[in-house]
Amino acid sequence: MSEASPPAGAVPNPNPSPPAAASAATATAPPKPAPPAKAPPAKAPPGKAPDKGGTRRSFLVGVFGSWISIAWITFTASMVGMLLGTVRFLFPNVLSEPPSTFRAGNVNAYEEDKVDDKYKDMGTWVIRHRDERGRDIIYALSTTCTHLGCTPNWLEGEKKFKCPCHGSGFHISGVNFEGPAPRPLERYAIRRTDEGEIVVDKSRKFQKELGQWDDADSYIML
Amino acid sequence: MSIGDYIRNSQVWKSIFRHPAPRDRRNRVVVMLTNLFLHLHPVSVRKSGIALSYTWCMGGITFFLFLVETVTGVLLMFYYRPTLEHAYNDILSLRDVVTLGILRELHRWGAHAMVITIWLHMYRVFLTGSYKPPREFNWGVGVILLVLTLLLSFTGYLLPWDQLAIWAITVGSNMARATPFLGYEGPGARFLAIGGVELIHSGSDARFLLLGGRFVGETTLLRFYVLHCVALPLAVALLIAVHFWRVRKDGGISGAL
Repeated sequence: MSEASPPAGAVPNPNPSPPAAASAATATAPPKPAPPAKAPPAKAPPGKAPDKGGTRRSFLVGVFGSWISIAWITFTASMVGMLLGTVRFLFPNVLSEPPSTFRAGNVNAYEEDKVDDKYKDMGTWVIRHRDERGRDIIYALSTTCTHLGCTPNWLEGEKKFKCPCHGSGFHISGVNFEGPAPRPLERYAIRRTDEGEIVVDKSRKFQKELGQWDDADSYIML
Repeated sequence: MSIGDYIRNSQVWKSIFRHPAPRDRRNRVVVMLTNLFLHLHPVSVRKSGIALSYTWCMGGITFFLFLVETVTGVLLMFYYRPTLEHAYNDILSLRDVVTLGILRELHRWGAHAMVITIWLHMYRVFLTGSYKPPREFNWGVGVILLVLTLLLSFTGYLLPWDQLAIWAITVGSNMARATPFLGYEGPGARFLAIGGVELIHSGSDARFLLLGGRFVGETTLLRFYVLHCVALPLAVALLIAVHFWRVRKDGGISGAL
């Protein structure tokens, strides 16, 4: 690039050197169109095709006005449209995944320290358990192991969640105590309706190591 | 050295484009001729070979439709599951809830169009006498391609798994019962017996092999799906390659020899 075109993006307010209009319109390729802009009136040999060197008009007609350019523009636009449409096609509008919010029965139906797999298909264990402060609470644990994302099993005999992949173990509270899992299982948001029904909301999660288990939305106090 | 020159002088660029930028007349020609996409055709073709009134371009359109069917078919495979539980509902969801699910209609109408154009191609080849020596072999290849196209239509017909599909395939595959020797109702089948035990019966004949059972069921759906999406397209692709290659080797497209 020559020094004739200073910063392309900036607004050049003091612009004395070239004719202002021409330089602004053809900022991308200044060297070529600038000289012939003056040329046509000077040359203009009689009987020849009009201004072969190219005015701005002939340039624009050449880019947008000829049949070949219209054909290429149409072709390119349809190809881009097909590509974008294909990408959009691959994003499904309807999912067959379980909803992120579901009801998990009445609070009275839960016995203390009893784990069942009723909602394991939804990725959750809903558990009634006395926490370390002695409060009787119900919480919804995620069934995703915090090591590499497998699904642990509840071992009733040993009173623990045991991950079959790498042997991580979790207490009924969800706190890890053996194996490679680096942190406790996560809780999902849980609340009680006016009728005493439990609603689990998997779109919000609470991590113990971040102190989020103190959040009142992470458990139901009985 | 500008960055453009740097790129054009790099080994990667030169390995892809064998010739310099098309700035002079010679390079403009060789750049075109050495590029598959810019010059799929031979360097020289007979004048009649590009006359639309002579070729109707029906072979080319058929090939184009095959490409359309391949692309749309692959895209449809992302949504379609060939099981009793899902097949019909996946077709409905393509119609009702998938954005641009009209791809399925493109696939369907493209298939109809392909059968039509392949017949017209065959008709044109007959009219221009392009089946005559030395092109008899390629006529044979073309006939096999026609049969494979019809089989693609037939196997694709079952995949929506609606009543029309199930009964159409039931009726259509009943023809296989009458296969000579290999269909249990066909001529000669009862002679294939050892010591009074018939080898060809309703559980061992050609129709049974085709359907994977005695009636159109889930095994049939899976069989037709695999045939439709993998086996038949591979066979067609191979034969198309032979077909096109022979067109060039036998003296170019559709002219008198």
